[in-house]
Amino acid sequence: MKNGINSVFSFARLGALLIKEFIQMRRDRITFAMMLGVPLMQLVLFGYAINNDPKSLPAALVAMSSDPYTRAMVSALQTTGYYRFDHVAQNAAEAEFLMARGDVAFVVTIPADFARRVERGDQPQILIEADATDPAVASGAISTLGTVANQALLRARGMQETAAEAARGQLEVVVHRRYNPEGISQYNIVPGLLGVILQMTMVMMTSIALTRETERGTMENLLAMPSSPLEIMLGKVLPYLVVGAVQVAVVLAAAKLLFGVPFTGSLSLLLAAVLVFVLALVLLGYTISTMARTQMQALQLTFFFFLPSILLSGFMFPYRGMPGWAQIFGEILPLTHFLRIIRAVMLKGADLPAVAAEIGWLVVFVALFAGVALVRFRRTLD
Amino acid sequence: MNVIDVHGLVKRFGDKTVVDHVTMTVAEGEIVGFLGPNGSGKTTTIRIMCGLLTPDEGEGTVLGFDIRTDSLRIKREVGYMTQKFSFYEDLTIAENLEFVARLYGLKPLNEHVAKTLEDLGLTSRKDQLAGTLSGGWKQRLALAACIMHKPRLLLLDEPTAGVDPKARREFWDEIHRLVSGGLTVLVSTHYMDEAERCHRIGYISYGRMLATGTVDEVVRNAGLTTFVVQGPRLDQVAAALSGRSGVDQVAPFGATLHVVGSDKAALQAALADVEKDHKGVTVTPGETSLEDVFIQFMSGSKDNMG
Repeated sequence: MKNGINSVFSFARLGALLIKEFIQMRRDRITFAMMLGVPLMQLVLFGYAINNDPKSLPAALVAMSSDPYTRAMVSALQTTGYYRFDHVAQNAAEAEFLMARGDVAFVVTIPADFARRVERGDQPQILIEADATDPAVASGAISTLGTVANQALLRARGMQETAAEAARGQLEVVVHRRYNPEGISQYNIVPGLLGVILQMTMVMMTSIALTRETERGTMENLLAMPSSPLEIMLGKVLPYLVVGAVQVAVVLAAAKLLFGVPFTGSLSLLLAAVLVFVLALVLLGYTISTMARTQMQALQLTFFFFLPSILLSGFMFPYRGMPGWAQIFGEILPLTHFLRIIRAVMLKGADLPAVAAEIGWLVVFVALFAGVALVRFRRTLD
Repeated sequence: MNVIDVHGLVKRFGDKTVVDHVTMTVAEGEIVGFLGPNGSGKTTTIRIMCGLLTPDEGEGTVLGFDIRTDSLRIKREVGYMTQKFSFYEDLTIAENLEFVARLYGLKPLNEHVAKTLEDLGLTSRKDQLAGTLSGGWKQRLALAACIMHKPRLLLLDEPTAGVDPKARREFWDEIHRLVSGGLTVLVSTHYMDEAERCHRIGYISYGRMLATGTVDEVVRNAGLTTFVVQGPRLDQVAAALSGRSGVDQVAPFGATLHVVGSDKAALQAALADVEKDHKGVTVTPGETSLEDVFIQFMSGSKDNMG
């Protein structure tokens, strides 16, 4: 034992640390249950709950007459699926009140002279007021409006044929909604959730790993025994890699079975990317662990990373909607790159060359965090 | 060869000098007691010796290895028992020992663990979680874990704090048994009876080593005179004595007062005065104890700081 022992790395010592860590993990049942239960719960909850394209929004109708044109217009709006007329207001003031109270998201006003104007060809108008305090809610409902209203009107007047005749020779815009033709939010949300869940649990668990030893006083002993910084780091990081693998399996299986998210790309490519991503996360957590003095500080630092990761990575809000500086900021978050990879591989069937640059970014993060952690780690108590 | 041979150690935390030019030697097979009040720098000095802290100044060797450059080798051959219990409370006794045995690469694993459990009488409790153990048992476990790899030097930082007298006695018997097997021990303590079980002691205060030697040497070198006062109304006698010139300490011991001073003539004069004023009081020469010496050191160094 005294001669020729490797002081930088030994599998036996790493094994000692790993066994210890797994026993502790097993004893701490609540945390263990959280690591496996939380991903599933969040996936089911958010997967079913989040919808970027809300339909069947409550609307109030202010209609002054009940002629065929007005009826046609109302039923056309209903068929889009966005409007649900559950209030009929007698006048504008009442409708105004309904919207102010938040009972309705839209007020559709069809003036009394609507039918007359249609028949005279005198530029008929309808007014749709949308509650735009949350712009995302109104956008889908409004965007379909122009075409729907015109078609309804033409149909009501029995002029469809004439319209088709007139349209011939005009410019036609063809829109293909690629990879997600029905615009199902879950296809976007569920793969993203995998990234978010990993980001939260992996960083949090590892960030308290070292500070827990310091707080309990076991660090002094660990340092007084022959264990190298590399062994201590791997001993803390590898067990969570295993936990991460289980989480990935759970989420991917649920994505397939519960949400029917299409999986068009290569599974092994995705898993390789996940491995690099999780490695980056646990090393980030470990780096936090070397900086924080208490578990509380470690958790605060974790959340300091977590919020921008959710908000600026493109998980919650469109990445391209952010100003340039915020996009640059988003680039330095591992989650941003992981989201691009998983969406590309799962939904678009992207192959390695298509996502190599993003994986490269993740590898850079791994190297960076590992380097910082090893430099920051104090072999002594100084 | 000295097992510990350090000189001029200085350690500062911020602008506070915690260890101030400490020099110390410990020969092979010795038990050296390390005494001093709380916050005097005992723990810091021990941490420097086992490579957990790097000194700002000074140098030296432990087991022949340089404390600055060879701390990894030192860690492997030293057993260090921390002041606060620092094994894993959510692991059982056996699991803790297995963990340590694996870290030191002891083979065969099970034999080492079983033998250590047996030696320390822990076999029946091996599946108990360490966190549920009482103070005495925790201390046994900690000792077991830090001697399992057969270190040549044992550094013990207040190992018996909060442990009952019987367990303390057994602990010291174990230490003496280990030393007879060739181990060297440096142990910090607050207990005078423990200091007297050491071959030599060192007294540190505010980071400075104030005295070293055998217990007798330290007591003799302190140059204190002690008288024992007996009689009625000793509380009044004590009040009359304290504060007089020549009287450094007045401490009640059962039905007697121990009066200590460094200036023998002045002390005797003060006692003669008091003897005159209080009827029935007798003064006889007494033996200066190690505790008297330490109290003297402590009040002395406080004056220096003030």
